[in-house]
Amino acid sequence: MNHFVRSEMAPAQPAPRSTTGAIVWAKQNLFSSPSDALLTLLAGIFLLWAVPPIVGFLFTQAVWPGGTVEDCRLETAGACWAYVAARINFFIYGFFQIDQYWRPNIVFALGAALLIPLAIPKAPFKVINALLFFVVLPVVTYVLLAGGFFGLRPVPTEQWGGLLVTLIISYVAILGSLPIGILLALGRQSKLPVIKTLCIAFIELWRAVPLITVLFMASIMLPLFLPQGMSVDKLLRALVGVTLFASAYMAEVIRGGLQAIPRGQYEAGSSLGLSYWQRMGFIVLPQALKHVIPGIVNTFIALFKDTSLVSIVGIFDLLNTIQAATSDANWFSSNQAVTGYIFAAIVYWIFCFSMSRYSMFMERRLNTGHKR
Amino acid sequence: MTTESITSDRQIDRSQMSVSQTDVAIDIVGMNKWFGDFHVLRDIDLKVMRGERIVIAGPSGSGKSTLIRCINRLEEHQKGQIIVNGTELTSDLKRIDEVRREVGMVFQHFNLFPHLTILQNLTLAPIWVRGIPKAKAEETAMMYLERVKIPEQAAKFPGQLSGGQQQRVAIARSLCMNPEIMLFDEPTSALDPEMVKEVLEVMISLAESGMTMLCVTHEMGFARQVANRVIFMDQGQIIEQNGPEEFFSNPQHERTRLFLSQILH
Repeated sequence: MNHFVRSEMAPAQPAPRSTTGAIVWAKQNLFSSPSDALLTLLAGIFLLWAVPPIVGFLFTQAVWPGGTVEDCRLETAGACWAYVAARINFFIYGFFQIDQYWRPNIVFALGAALLIPLAIPKAPFKVINALLFFVVLPVVTYVLLAGGFFGLRPVPTEQWGGLLVTLIISYVAILGSLPIGILLALGRQSKLPVIKTLCIAFIELWRAVPLITVLFMASIMLPLFLPQGMSVDKLLRALVGVTLFASAYMAEVIRGGLQAIPRGQYEAGSSLGLSYWQRMGFIVLPQALKHVIPGIVNTFIALFKDTSLVSIVGIFDLLNTIQAATSDANWFSSNQAVTGYIFAAIVYWIFCFSMSRYSMFMERRLNTGHKR
Repeated sequence: MTTESITSDRQIDRSQMSVSQTDVAIDIVGMNKWFGDFHVLRDIDLKVMRGERIVIAGPSGSGKSTLIRCINRLEEHQKGQIIVNGTELTSDLKRIDEVRREVGMVFQHFNLFPHLTILQNLTLAPIWVRGIPKAKAEETAMMYLERVKIPEQAAKFPGQLSGGQQQRVAIARSLCMNPEIMLFDEPTSALDPEMVKEVLEVMISLAESGMTMLCVTHEMGFARQVANRVIFMDQGQIIEQNGPEEFFSNPQHERTRLFLSQILH
């Protein structure tokens, strides 16, 4: 074998410049082979066929706010945004009394003012902020909306509606299902047979029943079990139903995260003398929850959309108000209902897409494991 | 592998390494353990005096790890007694926590908490188990990081450190609880060869400070240099124990001789 001793170390060199430019990119990505070129061509034809009518309907031929119902009734008219604008208050507040709109407005403003700094990692006063958002805000919201205190006129929950109710149900169910789900997931892993069995029974029962059934049971069957003369608010029943339903799903998502934590993490915590709740709170859950952020947010998104099912028990959430408004004869036109549903889709999409993007941001931020 | 000194450049200071004659740190009497039907530990009797440095050797599956994991009840024994610092281990959680507070453990795979910084790894238990104020806990943590020679890594996450550095942090993490006994479960087995030495150095200096140590390890050089007693296990039993000189130069049991001939060249 030849003798070899390196005399000087090879210096590190910059990576070669990749070939760039629009034509090169297109050639590599769109026309790399005959079948690839054919697919590109077909996709292009499809877009040319589909996009202009959509753009026309939503934008160029649409009747914008300020337009009249007569404009919407024209043969060539697109989406009737004027109708959405005219009924927007109903979509946001439902049957809330008009002179009391300031109350939900304060709730919206408070919610946004607390949520935004909470979502920004660098914003200060996280603990106070979280306490305000998770503990004080629900109380303030209830006092403001329900009234009956401090001379506020009582507003029965039947009059709450629209986006307000959709957001309230989502907020309560998201806030409630996460801690309940964590407890259920821990309970399911417990060595104590009674706790374990109860948690499994709870999870499997709720997961095996459709949400619609849960809501029906809550609104029709629950009153049968309550003593005479006692009634539970319809919205409250729906809130409890949706929350417990979501927590069963949440529990299973979190259990997946718990299973991903190596036994050594539990053992290291034990060997340092940390108690069960300290091990879970400081070591296991922070890692487990981080692993399953996509699953948790997935459940939140599904939950947010599932709130629209409460319309079945007569609660006027966003979708139900839009549905109800389609019978508004003042704005009757062939595109009235379609426009309403497109508007609903856009609102749901904005919230769900925001949650999705934020979860991806959090995943990246919390990723300490592989950073070198 | 050889029994030659792994740290030949360093003289071992034996002045602090005295073994108490009367003070029993760990007393294991007639202890048995089963995994299901498998009898993994059989009639273990072991008395560890304060200040002893015991190396436990043996083939894989001989029960050495299980033995030391019973001492802080990461594993439960089914028969016999284990008394640590005068506290007998039973299913009583209070006693278990009492023992775990005073017994540190270092694992083969470090088991640092990856979502916490090095400093947070070190201060978590002192703050929450011992109730030490955060500033004081951090001060102690930095002192131990100095001692394992990586104070500059305090703000990093475990994933950013090499294996040897992580294991030194793991040792420092245990020391922050100011334990009376340290258990080592194959602390160098998962390390690259170049990093074994830096971890052994830390363990040697710990031995020099008079710590009671039980080490499951294949580092026979460490055993010869530091241990005052070597225990050889096979099939869940203690086959032979002796001082290191005698153990290596004149093994009595046939199984011990076979084992040593396999690992020493």
